[in-house]
Amino acid sequence: MVLEHWSKKNPTLICRKSENFEIKLRGLPQMANPQDDISQVVILLEANPYFWGERISRAANSAETTGFTFDRFLEHVLLFINSLFLLNQANRVVVIATGATSCAYLYDSQASEVAANARTARAVKKQSVVEKITQKLEDFMSKEAVCDLNQGMEDTRYSLLSGSLSMALCYIQKVLRGAPPHPRPRILCLQGSPDAPPQYVTLPYIAIMNAIFSAQRSLVPIDACLVGDQPSAFLQQATHITGGIYQKPSTPEGLFEYLAMVFATDLYSRKFLQLPGASGVDFRASCFCHKKSIDMGFVCSVCLSIFCKGQRTCTTCNANFAPNKPSATGQKPKAS
Amino acid sequence: MGPEDDGVMPMEEDGDLDAEEQGRDLEAWERAYAEDRSWESLTEDASGLLLAVDVTQQQRQARRRYAASKGPRIQRGIIRYLFVICDFSRAAAEEDFKPSRMGIVANCVEAFVREFFDQNPLSHLGLIVIRSGVAKRLTDLSGSPEAHIRALRANLECSGDASIQNALDLARGYLSSIPTYGHREILFLYSALSTCDPGDIMDSINACKKANIRCSVVGLSAEIYICKTLCERTGGIYSVAISESHLKELVLEHAPPPPAIAEAAVASLVRMGFPTRGAEGAVAICACHREVKLGGGYTCPRCKGRVCELPTECHVCGLTLVSSPHLARSYHHLFPVPAFEEVAVTLHPSGKNDALRLCYGCQQELPVAGNKSVAGVRLECPRCKQHFCFDCDVYIHESLHNCPGCESLIK
Repeated sequence: MVLEHWSKKNPTLICRKSENFEIKLRGLPQMANPQDDISQVVILLEANPYFWGERISRAANSAETTGFTFDRFLEHVLLFINSLFLLNQANRVVVIATGATSCAYLYDSQASEVAANARTARAVKKQSVVEKITQKLEDFMSKEAVCDLNQGMEDTRYSLLSGSLSMALCYIQKVLRGAPPHPRPRILCLQGSPDAPPQYVTLPYIAIMNAIFSAQRSLVPIDACLVGDQPSAFLQQATHITGGIYQKPSTPEGLFEYLAMVFATDLYSRKFLQLPGASGVDFRASCFCHKKSIDMGFVCSVCLSIFCKGQRTCTTCNANFAPNKPSATGQKPKAS
Repeated sequence: MGPEDDGVMPMEEDGDLDAEEQGRDLEAWERAYAEDRSWESLTEDASGLLLAVDVTQQQRQARRRYAASKGPRIQRGIIRYLFVICDFSRAAAEEDFKPSRMGIVANCVEAFVREFFDQNPLSHLGLIVIRSGVAKRLTDLSGSPEAHIRALRANLECSGDASIQNALDLARGYLSSIPTYGHREILFLYSALSTCDPGDIMDSINACKKANIRCSVVGLSAEIYICKTLCERTGGIYSVAISESHLKELVLEHAPPPPAIAEAAVASLVRMGFPTRGAEGAVAICACHREVKLGGGYTCPRCKGRVCELPTECHVCGLTLVSSPHLARSYHHLFPVPAFEEVAVTLHPSGKNDALRLCYGCQQELPVAGNKSVAGVRLECPRCKQHFCFDCDVYIHESLHNCPGCESLIK
């Protein structure tokens, strides 16, 4: 299995360096500059087996050797996590897997510290970040596979972004509740699979929007980096509303460079950088009856369902509309 | 204080340290003990000895109050038209609330206005003040929080008597012209203990009832019969604040949309426009400020007029202009998260239900039956059976409106 391969081979390459570096730094006094931004990064990792499985079969069909498969993706992300610790040893990272049937915590830099302190640190060899993540990821993937066998549904091809986003926000609330000099949180969403399909658009849409508004209220930016082929309308809105960065690399093979150049920058440093700006976000609504984007429409006053034509009753909440009302509501501004 | 004084006046040294520890520069007599009422949280056992503060019990109590306010799934009036009426009569100059009742009311209204538009982006709000027996409208029903706050801040003075009837009649006049699907509401922040009216106030109350206006009052002094009657007749809530924090709590309780009364508003289809954002660099004259603006802004899809911000009504053709996130912001009132239930769990040493050791939302350790190392309550979502801590429960129900467990299960 690819994951085993990873955990055996690479930690020696990547983590030794960072650990040595950490040891050297530990002797120095803590920098007390308040503007020295310590980040709490919550990474939502795309772990949808359908998406990555399709990638593998596509790479096999076209006989390409450079296909962007899951192990390559993971390679880039693990490098990125290690470089976050290199940027500032006080940085904290949490990784949450976004699957097709469940979501789970893969790694928490704070939790691992507590566990290491409880035991005798010398006796137990410190596990590397890579080992921890790959181990949890294997558990997660085997669970996903079991769920998949049980359900066997065709419609589960989109990832449960709303779930991992909600978990990330709960975690960030815990961080913000902590002692005052807490790190500045942000969420990085690495998404590959397409948005929820239109026939399911209402419930996942509402859940994702709820999470976005909650993030906006607690000033947590949501960054998005798309590793799939399709753009994500949900994440475009999320980054626009919360003030995060949205990027869809044209060549996902160079993912690490995008991650390091754009998404590794802490919130304070972002002020001084020319980061990719938001481009045309479509805030037009789509009607519930035909799923068409509309400029002007009718909204049920009870449940706020959107329709493109006038109706007698609301198909969502069964409210009976008073006759001839739609024409009466476009009234002239009141004289005041 | 020099080092040689240390031995002479140890008591004073202690006092200084205490103040420093608390991080305040206030002298002991300047601190507001009345605000936090710390003595009220102390509990005594049967023999009168003080008990340690019980975290679990406190959390249960907080949840009980919270659960009582949230009923079952009910229809809510989402498109609201609300007048906030501030009583700035002579009584508002009283200094039982610091700095004065008027200052506190202004702070509360400011917080309320922001929270109101956050929770009800499609609603409208107006401000009325009562001064010298006369009700005066500060702002018309509109959707911009900053305009209301500015107008209130510029009008902080108080004099004369208060008149409920004048204020009711004025607000009713404005509310009678709104569309039939809107929910009409009035919220009083009333400091005075009397009302000085030109006619029979009962007529005004009945007129409000007839016009389906829901009137609520938050009192600052004591319960008054006429306010109670007003709220009972019109289906509102009457409450009297006992402290500054209580007042704020009571006022903010009016921010979520109230349960809809069946006849209060007619369900109807509202025509709305979803304007597109203007291209960067395009020059246009906006209809709201009548100024030339470069870039930004939104174009009304019906009359092509330009407005600066959403949500609003088109100043040219009167079409309600919103963007889809504004609608989405209200949807959580329609699909609330079910209330979590308190459960107790014993962990098997075999690690059978090891997944229940941590809070599903934030990975915090959860309390376990028979083990006192973690205090607090353990809560379970009735739908997805995942377990959560007290803090996540509050956050999920008050801000997030999503259950992380239900969202990460395939439906």
